[in-house]
Amino acid sequence: MAEFKAGDQVVDIDEDGFLQEPDKWNEVVAAALGGTEGVDDLTEDHWKVVNFLRDYYLEFGVAPMIRKLCKETGFKLNVIYELFPSGPAKGACKIAGLPKPTGCV
Amino acid sequence: MAEHKPDQMEFYKQEELQQIDLNPPKEGWQDQPADFRPGSWIYPTKPKHLESLGMPNPREWSPADEDWQLPENWQEIIHKKFKELLGKYRSFRIFMDTCVRCGACADKCHFFIGGGDPKNMPVLRAELVRSIYRNDFTTVGKILGRACGGRKLTMDVIKEWFYYFYQCTECRRCSVFCPYGIDTAEITMMAREMLHELGLGVNWIMEPVANCHRTGNHLGIQPHGLKDTLEFFCEDIEDVTGIHIDPPINKKGAEVLFVTPSGDFLADPGTFTCMGYMMLFEEIGLDYTWSTYASEGGNFGLFTSADVMKKLNAKIYAEAKRLGVKYIIGGECGHMWRVLNQYMDTMNGPADFLDVPKSPITGTVFENSRSTKMIHITEFTADLIKHGKLKLDPKMNDHVRVTFHDSCNPARAMGLLEEPRYIINSVCNNFHEMPENTIREQTFCCGGGAGLGTDENMEMRLRGGMPRGTAVRHVQEKYDVNQLACVCAIDRATLVTVCDYWAPGVQVTGVHELVANAMVMKGQKERTMNLRLEPLPGAEEKEANDGES
Repeated sequence: MAEFKAGDQVVDIDEDGFLQEPDKWNEVVAAALGGTEGVDDLTEDHWKVVNFLRDYYLEFGVAPMIRKLCKETGFKLNVIYELFPSGPAKGACKIAGLPKPTGCV
Repeated sequence: MAEHKPDQMEFYKQEELQQIDLNPPKEGWQDQPADFRPGSWIYPTKPKHLESLGMPNPREWSPADEDWQLPENWQEIIHKKFKELLGKYRSFRIFMDTCVRCGACADKCHFFIGGGDPKNMPVLRAELVRSIYRNDFTTVGKILGRACGGRKLTMDVIKEWFYYFYQCTECRRCSVFCPYGIDTAEITMMAREMLHELGLGVNWIMEPVANCHRTGNHLGIQPHGLKDTLEFFCEDIEDVTGIHIDPPINKKGAEVLFVTPSGDFLADPGTFTCMGYMMLFEEIGLDYTWSTYASEGGNFGLFTSADVMKKLNAKIYAEAKRLGVKYIIGGECGHMWRVLNQYMDTMNGPADFLDVPKSPITGTVFENSRSTKMIHITEFTADLIKHGKLKLDPKMNDHVRVTFHDSCNPARAMGLLEEPRYIINSVCNNFHEMPENTIREQTFCCGGGAGLGTDENMEMRLRGGMPRGTAVRHVQEKYDVNQLACVCAIDRATLVTVCDYWAPGVQVTGVHELVANAMVMKGQKERTMNLRLEPLPGAEEKEANDGES
């Protein structure tokens, strides 16, 4: 586990840079995590994705299917990759403060 | 785009990976410490997961650290566990005593073929443990020590175990060639079980184990999440077929409990396979149910220890009992069938409270599962097709030229070789086999089984996936194959990377995705899309023509 500085806050992240305590997430943390994944500026479109992921996570406790993310936000997968160069899982989910999915995935 | 990192496929150049030096190192293997280079090892278990499971020595650590923070008496702990395992499993003692170093296994491991590291030869992998056995548990070893192949248990040995027993996918290809039938997977299982006594495990396995233990599946999907997911699939099914499905969940008194790996609920292309199961069951009117408690077919306990495997497997049977079903059908999962066919019966069975599986559609009794009461979905579907119970239009898959990857455990642990092929040949017109020494019981692993399919292990996944990937590329070049079918969720996740790297352009699919795309359902609308919501080739032209007119 490592420490990560986001504005005035210090949060714990794992080896891949995923937030360890999802409760510590806020917009400042999101913006700082964006900087680690090639997203320097969080635009309205970024927030649409991040907010959907965040809401889904708060309701269900896990990350959604990528297909669900695409359907609900109306962004095709290639658009998600344009917004988040490291992809929906490593990029968007990380910025939204979700843990990395594990298992047969 | 930033520079690529060791956990990304793009970091590795094929020509560099393929330069494999097969010359043995000058110094003996006994004193070569493991090289923990990034890309070749897996992150350790997060302490919270060990705590939740009540397993030893939870702490923050990294294999790259010099100090692994082990208890002071770690040698004593390993010795005690080693002794216990030798007493418990006669097979383990035989595997420790029997090897004659004939070398038949040496070049059969995908990690050795793709990497050339001598310690990935199964004979030497076993020797990492066997040398300690000889030194500590045999009379001749106690007297002669190193002169008869014994080795002292040092910290370097423990580090080497951790490195190389998490470079074995427990696929058992080597065992097919061993004249004594030494099962390297079981040796790996013993080594991992000993390592767990010191708190040495990997997070890619233990987080799923903790999730499954708590929530019912590896991903940690909760009941309302599973319901939401299945309903999402039904929306897509309705878009494709016009048929509305209400998924049965936790339905008491259903005839069949259906259990599939939870990867099918999250990750493409497994999700399409899951839609395939649902469409099949709807079409034949099967009285079945999903469970939000037994919502995992896989069992990462197999990659952990006998106790954990037993505990996770028991959930499926407890749920079958609670719901009062007659028997269980299992989905397209790989290692689940190793657990089912080779351990379940003596671990949690026999499941006398269930009926011997009998197809309600054909009347076929599945004698092979008389004790476990659980059948593989391809057995069930092949039987339906054989009896003409499904209306199939293989032309719907004419744009697909498919090959079949025998998933290691269904092939080698249950002999499921014909059923998937029979199904594929019934639903596709273009099926091409890979070379014979790479399929059926000689199948090559995906390189990411047994809990190794995580991105930080990318170098080893690509190396281990090289034999399989090369065979795929062979049929791609020869027959223009564009899809690789398999019956395992780990395969569906890891072979995507293997194909993208070694045979780009080949997609991965499950058998029941192919089935559902070819199945003509009663009352369906004309299909213009496949399950991936991609327009079918004919439909695309039609759409374009309509646009012009």
